Amino acid sequence: MASEIYECLSKIAGIISENKDFLTELDREIGDSDHGINLARGFSAVMEKVNPEDADIGATLKKSGMTLLSKVGGASGPLYGTAYMEAGKVLAGKTELDAEGLKSAFEAAIAGIQKRGKAVKGEKTMLDAIIPAYETYSQKLSDGADMITALEAACNSAREGVEYTKTIIATKGRASYLGERSIGHQDPGATSSTLMLEAVLDVLKGK
Amino acid sequence: MVGIVIVSHSWKIAEGVCDLAHEMAQGHEGIIPAGGLEDGSIGTDAQRIADAIVEADTGDGVVILADIGSSIMSAETAIELLEDEGNNINVVIADAPIVEGTVCAVVEAAGGGSVDSVLKSAEESREASKL
Ligand SMILES: Nc1ncnc2c1ncn2[C@@H]1O[C@H](COP(=O)(O)OP(=O)(O)OP(=O)(O)O)[C@@H](O)[C@H]1O
Ligand SMILES: [Mg+2]
Repeated sequence: MASEIYECLSKIAGIISENKDFLTELDREIGDSDHGINLARGFSAVMEKVNPEDADIGATLKKSGMTLLSKVGGASGPLYGTAYMEAGKVLAGKTELDAEGLKSAFEAAIAGIQKRGKAVKGEKTMLDAIIPAYETYSQKLSDGADMITALEAACNSAREGVEYTKTIIATKGRASYLGERSIGHQDPGATSSTLMLEAVLDVLKGK
Repeated sequence: MVGIVIVSHSWKIAEGVCDLAHEMAQGHEGIIPAGGLEDGSIGTDAQRIADAIVEADTGDGVVILADIGSSIMSAETAIELLEDEGNNINVVIADAPIVEGTVCAVVEAAGGGSVDSVLKSAEESREASKL
């Protein structure tokens, strides 16, 4: 049987590939029409690097992050690459995700994205999905929810975050060249990060 | 001699800027392009940039000139990758236009300037008026 982290990565790669054209189309409206192509190239390279036997979540995430840094090509490469590598650092040696581990991985990933891209919430980026998702996740855990319930709620917040990106002006990344004209369009990176969270939820639910 | 790395989404731009710079480089060999992805597509690749930094360095440090968007993020990532490997090359990224900045940087580097003075020359190119 494949390890948990391998299943997560392979689910993410599958969902990204299914949504390749959709993500690229979103990026055509407010960017340079490559987000889906970039991520599909990155995750197919990740799937060539990882093996079903890779059990150490930290080491596998590190390897995946290194691959994303070099194969994605767009801003989402160093951003997701750093996020995966930073999450990998806090999960080093773990072979199964637990509620607290996922929480600290979330935190580390966000810190990595912010270190790299110097963006905050409200700039129409992936952070507008990921930060609310994290906030909901950690609130649900403190309310006593289990990991899956908390992650389900987090995915809802991420989807709301994607909707919210339609209402704001981009001030980071390529879309910022469009200024006011970026309003009305959802952010490709917020969309792809929501798809990734949904993929992880799917794997954890299926266990 | 201070090395120069040219980061662009396009390998044609990176190599073209290097060709242009070589005309004024007086034999400076450490001007290294890091353009596009391995397969030739448009994009930036932190690992490729890290390799170019190592190639450009002769012990005197490296100045990076970069184009738009994720070039800067990928260059910063490359610097961190090298630090994580315990490689302590003195690398800085110039806040300068890629063509003008490179020409100024190369002239200063070929004249024996330090990382600081090469960086300063590159960044001063921002002020040069063309008309
Ligand atoms: N500074 C940033 N911080 C967080 N997320 C960002 C930042 N800049 C861009 N993004 C995210 O990256 C997504 C775009 O990713 P993509 O792979 O298409 O990069 P790109 O903009 O084409 O890169 P490049 O600058 O190389 O052209 C955006 O939708 C946004 O969510
Ligand atoms: Mg793009």
